[in-house]
Amino acid sequence: MSEAPEVRQPGADQPVVTPMRVVIGLCLFAPFVSMLWVGSYAKVDPAFIGIPFFYWYQMLWVVISTALTMTAYQLWQRDQRARAVSKGGADA
Amino acid sequence: MNDGVNGVALAVFIILFLAVTVIGFMASRWRKAENENSLDEWGLGGRSFGTWITWFLLGGDLYTAYTFVAVPAAIYAAGAAGFFAVPYTILIYPLMFVFLPRLWSVSHKHGYVTTSDFVRGRFGSKGLSLAVAVTGILATMPYIALQLVGIQAVLDVMGVGGGEDTNWFVKDLPLLIAFGVLAAYTYSSGLRAPALIAFVKDALIYIVIAVAIIYIPIKLGGFDEIFKSAGDAFSQTNPATGKPRGALAPGEASQWTYATLALGSALALFMYPHSVTAVLSSRSRDVIRRNSTILPLYSLMLGLLGLLGFMAIAAGVKVTNGQLAIPQLFEDMFPAWFAGVAFAAIGIGALVPAAIMSIAAANLFTRNIYKDFLKPDATPAQETKVSKLVSLLVKVGALVFVLTMDKTVAINFQLLGGIWILQTFPALVGGLFTRWFHRWALLAGWAVGMLYGTLAAYGVASPTQKHFGGSAKEIPGIGEIGYIGLTSFVLNVVVTVVLTFVLKALKAPEGVDETKPSDYTADAGDPGVAVELPPATAAATR
Repeated sequence: MSEAPEVRQPGADQPVVTPMRVVIGLCLFAPFVSMLWVGSYAKVDPAFIGIPFFYWYQMLWVVISTALTMTAYQLWQRDQRARAVSKGGADA
Repeated sequence: MNDGVNGVALAVFIILFLAVTVIGFMASRWRKAENENSLDEWGLGGRSFGTWITWFLLGGDLYTAYTFVAVPAAIYAAGAAGFFAVPYTILIYPLMFVFLPRLWSVSHKHGYVTTSDFVRGRFGSKGLSLAVAVTGILATMPYIALQLVGIQAVLDVMGVGGGEDTNWFVKDLPLLIAFGVLAAYTYSSGLRAPALIAFVKDALIYIVIAVAIIYIPIKLGGFDEIFKSAGDAFSQTNPATGKPRGALAPGEASQWTYATLALGSALALFMYPHSVTAVLSSRSRDVIRRNSTILPLYSLMLGLLGLLGFMAIAAGVKVTNGQLAIPQLFEDMFPAWFAGVAFAAIGIGALVPAAIMSIAAANLFTRNIYKDFLKPDATPAQETKVSKLVSLLVKVGALVFVLTMDKTVAINFQLLGGIWILQTFPALVGGLFTRWFHRWALLAGWAVGMLYGTLAAYGVASPTQKHFGGSAKEIPGIGEIGYIGLTSFVLNVVVTVVLTFVLKALKAPEGVDETKPSDYTADAGDPGVAVELPPATAAATR
């Protein structure tokens, strides 16, 4: 990997749960809520170009969940970089 | 179906198949390492695969030929219920993001090749590790058999393989040839062969889907028409059950089944040895996380593929064996040469996972049965040799299975395999995050889950089968119909937690944990993290 490799877990001075990590968690958890709540999308209308709601909605969620995982990935990298920096600072 | 051999399609199929065979054999020279006689090399491709190769490999591995045949077949048969494959594959990736980097790290730190290696190292229990290994092998074998069933389906539609009255040898010859080719290059090239072939497979599949999803609806008068005729077909009463054949959206009663199947299958997927093999062959943690963001492209494809099931209904495809629905749709709709391309995509699509699965099962046998129990002082060269042989045996086993038994047997076992493999989740994923569970409690939980799952699945009847008629059954205490695998999994976890409390109170020996917390977050380049390939080679593939 050319860019910022992931670094080891946080130093003791950093909290394990941070707002950013909560957001990451929510991004990863959201697809479970939306997909397992079948009642929310088990219907035929409204159709999209003739495809019943049930099908296009789930396919739309493929895209949404991908966007959410990508967000989680970006945030996670930022989180790790920030920790690496503050850890390096503490060592110096 | 048996209206003679489709010559053009067959010719295209054979040409593509030959091309892939050549690639398979050449793969052993691709990114060759200095020491090829180690299991890391043969069985994990030198653990050197970057983002894109891993993407193709995992995609080729998880979305098998059988998937391509079975998902639209399920939708062709019952409509909405078969579409659970889409939420299932949506849920895989957040899970992958969370726990697989940890597995990667600890495996690279300690040289684990299989999940059982990890379980043994983490819990210091050969018994638990053996349970995980045996479950993995049992669950993988029928999966390989189903890949061969997938090849058989396209051969049938192309008119080779003959009718029921042909001599069995002539009938099965094409399958035997395909199988022989597969076995030979897996033996010689190891994981590198399916990794390279996966490129061809996926390219073909994407082309076929893209064409099918545009071309077929145009021919059939648009999605409106397709879903209208599918809706009409589903509302007709099935004489076998006295209920409508299917529905365009699941009714109240079947929503639990839909959700539990999606969740249970998603939890189970990365317990399968072949998915873990593909993950461990990647170069770094980052490759895995990045893949969890780009793999969903395959889920989209799977959703589109599912829609083909409706198109088969609208196109008036009538088959008694639902698995032939999609190959038959291709033959009816496409010009012969493109049907050949489509068939080749399915056929080659079977080879990639079959190769990886047999490698994964062989690794499990070698590391966790042969080395742990039979020959503890085996050298890496001996391990590789045993693994190569076992990968052959596993494939022969699958072939015998397919040729001698009814197809439904393979499907039943595949169904059971999914239930079984999910029972290794607490030991594996639990172990990745905590050492709190007691090893004996995990073993007991596993046993209870296996037993309940097997008995429950045995008790499910369908109009055509007395046992193993499906994978959903009433959940005790809730009263809704749910996926048996998930119910067994919950039982498994409850037993594990309760017994852990009991065993801890009794101060039962915990076993030695050879891992440290920092092992779970180690990345490539850290001290003690094995990098098998010379840096120059690894860099060149970026």
